[in-house]
Amino acid sequence: MSRVELLSPEGLRIDGRRPAELRKITSTTSVLSQADGSAYLEHGNTKVLAAVYGPREARHRALVIHDRAVLNVELNLAPFSTGERRRRNKNDKRLLEIAQFVKQTFEPVVITTLYPRSQIDIYFQVIQHDGGTLQACINAATLALIDAGIAMTDYVCACTAGWVEREAAIDLNYTEESADTSEMTIAMLPKSSKITLMQMESRLHVDKLDEVIALAGEGCKQIHEVLDKTVRDRAEDLARKMAV
Amino acid sequence: MNITFHAPAARTRATTGSHKQSKQYAVDQDMEVDGEQDGDAEGTAFKDPTLHVVTPGEVITADTAFMRGHGTYILDEKVHASVAGVVDRVNKLLSVRPLHTRYTGEIGDVVVGRITEVAQKRWKVDVSARQDAILMLSSVNLPGGVQRRKQESDELQMRNFFMEGDLVVAEVQAFFGDGAYSLHTRSLKYGKLRNGSFISVSPALVQRCKSHFHSLPCGVDVILGLNGYIWVSAHVPQNLDEIDTELVYSNKNKEDITPNDRESIARVASCIRALAQEFIFINDTIISFAYEASLQYKLREMTKKEIMQAVAAEAVQSVNNMKG
Repeated sequence: MSRVELLSPEGLRIDGRRPAELRKITSTTSVLSQADGSAYLEHGNTKVLAAVYGPREARHRALVIHDRAVLNVELNLAPFSTGERRRRNKNDKRLLEIAQFVKQTFEPVVITTLYPRSQIDIYFQVIQHDGGTLQACINAATLALIDAGIAMTDYVCACTAGWVEREAAIDLNYTEESADTSEMTIAMLPKSSKITLMQMESRLHVDKLDEVIALAGEGCKQIHEVLDKTVRDRAEDLARKMAV
Repeated sequence: MNITFHAPAARTRATTGSHKQSKQYAVDQDMEVDGEQDGDAEGTAFKDPTLHVVTPGEVITADTAFMRGHGTYILDEKVHASVAGVVDRVNKLLSVRPLHTRYTGEIGDVVVGRITEVAQKRWKVDVSARQDAILMLSSVNLPGGVQRRKQESDELQMRNFFMEGDLVVAEVQAFFGDGAYSLHTRSLKYGKLRNGSFISVSPALVQRCKSHFHSLPCGVDVILGLNGYIWVSAHVPQNLDEIDTELVYSNKNKEDITPNDRESIARVASCIRALAQEFIFINDTIISFAYEASLQYKLREMTKKEIMQAVAAEAVQSVNNMKG
């Protein structure tokens, strides 16, 4: 079987992007009326809906921590989200792992000590999967948490980067992801440039690591601008409506 | 009451040139601030001069003279925002008010809540706050209005007073150490809710005012809970001396609710939903105006988005006309 050519001789990727070019990001907040905060985010064809409930009374006694809030993250992949239609088990290890990553990413950023004995639930619905699910989930969660008015020290912006054939490339899509490329997701606090998550499952030559990290970090900064605009527009809109 | 924060660019200070005009917050005249504290605040650009919107991680001011309030944290001696919202300033205190968040109560607030659990000597009440509020057996009135110590027999019949799922109106009496609210219903104004329907709106839309119990001219009573829970019910004549105290915990609606009453209740509820959807402050005046504006539509049309918008817009217009 011949391998798919991921990088054209002109240096363009399979979907026509340049290596350091992000896919188009669209985002809206407050899309669900029942949730305390919600967001819908698209990275190209990857579409995620995030809903935040809380901080609210912990549903199970065992969950209660007396001096801070508990984060609970659940992820669901719609059966129609992938190329091959398939219903996934709720206990799919892959999904549980992503949920766990999101939880670990947000635990140091959300100021949970302000909400003792309560619980914050983050639910994701992946509507379309085209690579970069984890980054899309983290970015959507950031928007939804801010929309719910939950205190955080900073935004969390996530971005993937990898080594595609002979160059570092950003924001890999499904074709690139599945073609045995080494891919890394990092989540960053854009104001301080601190990294809260760094995840990689494949091999990458150590000489290329710095370049990939730098590229992903650059992507996080760009994503931050997009998210910040969404949040700011929404806040200004509400403030103006309330000023009437 | 509508508090707006005015950007300090307008208030120029009569001081020496060491203070830069670009500084975000001019400290009040009575405060002594020396020129060295002139920090250049980051992210100073905001479009509307009366609104100062910040997002998490943004530096509000680098001036150490300010104290941090809610929605902020201090890092490297600078005040940062931790939520997205509008900056409120009271003298030296800076806080950020998120526009869309859970209820944060104060003592004396009137709230509407739903009983979620009957526990030992207490009920747990969902008031859309960060934790369930607690209603102690010792802070309710007994049927018959007798004042006495609550006994074991009262503890055993707690479900006869309030059951899981019952709606109550109560007042915030105190806070517990962990921030949970303690409620009381020790007044004939408070107690179990009947004869009506329930609406939940964003808590930011209900503001503190003199009274939260209103009788509208259309023959409907409204209780505006400060936690964003609203109760719309058929009018019951309120004469606090003649209330039958035995009926305070009754589970029966009154019998003579006419179809007209029911329609009015549903219409007022739809009006409140319309106002909430447009994120407009909810008070008795605007509800009355919205009700009048809605009369030109059939009740079943009131769930349509464009009609809700039209009703809300007309109500706002009427309020503005009234103000002059």
